[in-house]
Amino acid sequence: MSGPVLKVNELSKSFDGVRALAGFSCELCHSEILGLIGPNGAGKTTLFNVVTGFILPERGRISLKNTDTTGLPPHRLANLGIARTFQDLRLIRQLSVLDNVLLSFRNQPGESLGKLFFRSKDCRDHEARNRHEAIQFLEDAGIAGKARDPADDLSYGQQKLLSLVCCLAAGAEVLLLDEPVAGIAPEMIEKILGTIRDLPNKGKSVILIEHNLDAVMQVCDRVIFMDAGARVSEGTPEEVRNDPRVIEAYIA
Amino acid sequence: MEYVLHILILICIYVILSVSLNLIAGYAGLLSMAHAAFYGVGAYVAALMALNLHSPFLVNMVCAVILSGLLGALVGTPSLRIRNDYFVIATFAFQVITFNVLNNWVSFTGGPMGLPGIPQPTLCGLQVSSHLGFLILVGSFCASTLLVTHRIVRSPFGRVLKAIREDEVFAQAAGKNVASGKVLVFVMGAGMAAVAGVLYAYYISFIDPTSFTVMESIFIISIVIIGGSGSLWGPVVGAVVLVVLPELLRFIGLPSSVAANLRQIIYGGLMVAFMMWRPRGFLGEYTFQRKEARE
Repeated sequence: MSGPVLKVNELSKSFDGVRALAGFSCELCHSEILGLIGPNGAGKTTLFNVVTGFILPERGRISLKNTDTTGLPPHRLANLGIARTFQDLRLIRQLSVLDNVLLSFRNQPGESLGKLFFRSKDCRDHEARNRHEAIQFLEDAGIAGKARDPADDLSYGQQKLLSLVCCLAAGAEVLLLDEPVAGIAPEMIEKILGTIRDLPNKGKSVILIEHNLDAVMQVCDRVIFMDAGARVSEGTPEEVRNDPRVIEAYIA
Repeated sequence: MEYVLHILILICIYVILSVSLNLIAGYAGLLSMAHAAFYGVGAYVAALMALNLHSPFLVNMVCAVILSGLLGALVGTPSLRIRNDYFVIATFAFQVITFNVLNNWVSFTGGPMGLPGIPQPTLCGLQVSSHLGFLILVGSFCASTLLVTHRIVRSPFGRVLKAIREDEVFAQAAGKNVASGKVLVFVMGAGMAAVAGVLYAYYISFIDPTSFTVMESIFIISIVIIGGSGSLWGPVVGAVVLVVLPELLRFIGLPSSVAANLRQIIYGGLMVAFMMWRPRGFLGEYTFQRKEARE
């Protein structure tokens, strides 16, 4: 593990007077899986929304690989290499599973009208390569058989898996996963956790929000416990799990 | 025979209009009431240039498309800030403004008297004067529009449009520039509508503002909805049905005053029936209801 890929410094954000983030700072190292736990309303999802540009912070800076990215719009950040999944599971449900993956690739020449009409061969070749790669991703995830079905036809667990596959297709270095295993069947949990555990081997760094503490303990290298928009404790999964404040928050 | 050719020409013009609106409304999900305005801008730019500057057909066509495309960007830009019903109202306002400019700027547009005497177009030294000639001209523009649209909707750009329609947040998280997608699709759609307007002006050789009213916009929307939004061929089917259907009424032998009113009733009835029992239209894959139901 080398220097931080993502650095968040003193972020603050309030909604109607409620402080969702209160000077929150953290660093994500290269090839690290960082767990983020805490009670509902602790500001975990707000942190993701701020880092991915969907919400502007009131104060604080965010930098990705030593470049300041504070205030950039979501699509720019995505193209710089931050991919995310959503707690409320977003996919384009009317499009096929394969199209959802294809949509996620970055720098597609066919998405520019000029290139589409004047460099059409480039576009076709690129699309064919992406298609090949997308099917490979779907095969690895074990849902290639459903590639042509609308994403809506997948089970809830498969949809969560698909949104993870979309992040992989995006080729992002930083993945922000918001409750990737909440509310799904145990076998699917194993499968998704297996995929997440393998991400550092592909050079990817992950921040994982999850209420399922067992899952967090299994995959994370480091855990931050967050409450009321601030970091309460930080350490290895065991340290955080045994922290009396964490125990209190999770029992209370 | 000329009557049949006339109907075919009208079908082609409405195919261009509805296919281009479908790009905006059916693929990108931005229901626009301003399509007749772009149609009218195309027609007036070509007519004014042909009458005052005596410039050739293709030059007028290019200018009309560019100007209408710029207006498209202007109308599309609010879609970045305002959504759904409010956006429909904003486009409605643009439609009304355009009509009023055409109707009231008498010294420039001729006002309610319109612009008569638009000369016949000349292409590569050939003057297009017969109905058949016009059908070939209009048909080839119609085919090109379909080709361009086909290329767009089957491409990665078309995929981005559908993503914008279904879930903007997901599209942004996947790195897609939603703003430029929306504005671009408006520019393309408005430009294509202008093509239809230019062809119409040259074909009829007389234009007045009543051809470009809100009712015309609604007629184009009904073609898209009845034919099926979000599919390439849906609007083509819709255009054939809605242009041919009222013509059939002539053969029943109704007096023209009754037939004209009956036409409106049939359009209205069809819209209600489709909205209730088949909101996807004949071939569509997108219904305008769904988004609101989910939110």
